[in-house]
Order: sequence, then C-alpha cells, then structure tokens
Amino acid sequence: MPQEEIFDVIIVGAGAAGLTAGIYSSRAKLSTLILNEGAIGGQMVLTEEIANYPGVDTKKGYMLANTMKMQAKQFGCKIKSGLQIKSYDLEGEVKHFVLDDGREFSSRAVILTPGGRPRSLGIPGEESFKGKGISYCATCDGEFFTGKEVVVVGGGNSALEEAVALTSYATRVTIVHQFDHFQAFKHAVEQAEKNPKISFIMESELRSFKGDGVLQEVTMEHLPKGKITTMRTDGVFIFAGYIPNTEDLDGIVELNERKEIVTDTDLKTNLPGVFAAGDCIVKKYRQVTTAVADGTIASLSAAEYLRS
Amino acid sequence: MRHLSTNLHEFESAAELENYINENENVMVCCGRMGPMCIPVYGVMEELEEERENVKFAVMAFDSPEAGIIRNDPACRGFMGLPFTMYYKNGQAAHATSSIQNMQQVTTILDEQFGA
Repeated sequence: MPQEEIFDVIIVGAGAAGLTAGIYSSRAKLSTLILNEGAIGGQMVLTEEIANYPGVDTKKGYMLANTMKMQAKQFGCKIKSGLQIKSYDLEGEVKHFVLDDGREFSSRAVILTPGGRPRSLGIPGEESFKGKGISYCATCDGEFFTGKEVVVVGGGNSALEEAVALTSYATRVTIVHQFDHFQAFKHAVEQAEKNPKISFIMESELRSFKGDGVLQEVTMEHLPKGKITTMRTDGVFIFAGYIPNTEDLDGIVELNERKEIVTDTDLKTNLPGVFAAGDCIVKKYRQVTTAVADGTIASLSAAEYLRS
Repeated sequence: MRHLSTNLHEFESAAELENYINENENVMVCCGRMGPMCIPVYGVMEELEEERENVKFAVMAFDSPEAGIIRNDPACRGFMGLPFTMYYKNGQAAHATSSIQNMQQVTTILDEQFGA
C-alpha cells in the first residue's frame, strides 16, 4: 500500500487538546496532520455552553470547537476525521498508522489526544432504549419528558445539576447513585436536596432496562443487601462519568490501571517521540482549559524532540 | 433561512424535503438542533458525504414548524432523543433512529438500507 505522506507530527484526536496541538505545531511550521475518529471538538461539542474559558464570553461548545478547528487549518494543519485507525506502530524513529480503509500515514513525532467519552452502564436494554427513554443529555432531551417521571444515574456535578434542570420538565426526578455520598460539589448537592421534585436512592445500581418499544421500567440492586427491585419510569438520564478512549493503545504505550496514558511533566510517554495530552492522560482535573494547556505543552515538547 | 451551522444541505420546508426524497433514491436527513447529541451526527454525515455518492445527505431544524413532517412521521413514534434521523428510499421512510449515532452505526444503516 503506497504511503501518502510523511509528516513531522501526527496528532490522534481533534478535541481541545488535539486542536491546540495542531495550532501550535502547524504555526511552528511543522507539517502536521490530525487523525480523528470521532466528532471534531471532542467533548467540547458535548457541552451546551462554555462559560469559564478565559477571554471568551459564554459560548456554545461547538462554536469554540469550530473556532479552534479553523485556527488550526489557517496555520496549515491538515485534519482527517470520521476515520478508524486500524493499527499503530509507534516504537521506531518513524511512526506508522494504518487506517481501516488501507490508507497509511507516517510521522517523526506523535501526540496522542484520543480524549474520553461518557461512560455507559453496559447493562441489558441500554442500546435498545437509547433515544426511546434513555438519554445522556438533559438539555437536549428534557422536554420530551414534560409531565413524566425520570431517573438520573450518577453522583457527580453533571448528574446533580442535570437532575435539577430536569425538574423544569419532569414531575419527579429520582437520583440513583452507587455510593452513600455524592462526588459533586457541595453547592450542587444542596441545590438538588432542596428541590421538592427530587428524591434519592443511594447505594444502588441499575441492572436492566425494560419496556415495550419505549422504556417503561428499570431494575436496580441495593448494593449492601443485594436486593433487586423494579421501578416504573418514563426515562433514564445517565451521567456516570467518563472513560479514556485508549482501548486501541493498550499494550502500545504505558497506561495506568484506569487505562489513562502515563506521561511525565513534559507530556512524554514511555516511547521516544510519542507524547500525550488532554483527558486521556493521568491527571486530576479535566477541563477545556487544562486540555488546551496540555496540547500546548505536548506540541512544544514534540517540537523540541524533533529539533534534537 | 438556515438554522443549523453545518456544511450539509438544509431543508427549509416540508415540500422541499418531499420533492428531494422523491427525486433522489437514497436520502439521509438528520433533524436536530445545534446541540451536543446532534452535532456529532452532522459531523459523521459531512465526512460521509464525500465518499457515499449514492446517498444524499441533508439536515432540517427540529424546531421549525415544517419539521413536523419528520417529528410526526410514524417511524419516529416513541422517539425521545435528539436528533431524529430519517433514511428515505425512493421517497419512503426506510429506517429511523433517535439520539446520537456514531460513524459505525450510521454506516451500518447506510449499508443495510442503501447498499455499500
């Protein structure tokens, strides 16, 4: 199979970290290609509004992503999206990528920014009832549940804030959480607790979704006692955290037990010439701003590597 | 007037959609908003538009009164997640999905309904 082109830098992923790395690398006159498997913008486009990006008024997530994409392209960064990477060879001085359609790309440095995705529950019925009672976005789908009863799964900020938002539509919102306490900030918990439409089922996990065409009931397990109960509901909104998109990198670069990429402070991985940035790496805080910072550092580190 | 910031053709009226699906054998229409569940589907369609010459790709604003032609289609009965995505074959609804779909899910449907 003929090789199309050898780049200075190939960036895997086009979220905030990947697009930032693309901006910095291409502006440094490095030939730069972004290979992206998902939606350009990553989790930015999954965010309705971004109000805390310094220097930018409150903006739709997709608009901020679009601006970053245009910036990267203006500096000469090439972006290929909606593709599937079949194999990675990152160990030699020249790194190779093969796509599932047979195209091949090579580069001297690589920045991995595959990002993360919302965690699904992986229980029976979840895929069947997606869009027919199961949702991952209260802003998008809340109005479909006007006058109905819904369940919210999760205990983080997203779960509690979205539960409060759903009370604008639903008559009753039940939050189901696996632990006996919430991970959300105190303010978010207080807002949920004082809302009369919200009730809580703690130390419990959903086990299945059931219905006839549309979701009608869930089964759940009370974890301390193992007791299974059934609950009728019109909808379930799932906010169960995020997982890194690193399945294809397992065994290629060093990952920790949570499958996050291990890096040093310059965002170097265990492989020479391979860097990583954004939500996929081992770190505590995951924000657009931290992803942008990571993308910057990884790009500068890659440039230094190429110069050496 | 366009409501959706995509590079895809946007229907502004039900009549336009009806004409389009009658004039084109295979049509995929995503009916949504500029929201987090819809934008990824538009992105998938933009990528596929270049390589799937046997399929026409278009969008329609969910909140337009004209979009009732999709919202009220029997194929969308029970749908409670944006976007509503329709696949038309020879002017008839062949398949419909609710909520976000990834590249693999969309290409599987296109292959099944319209051929690879």
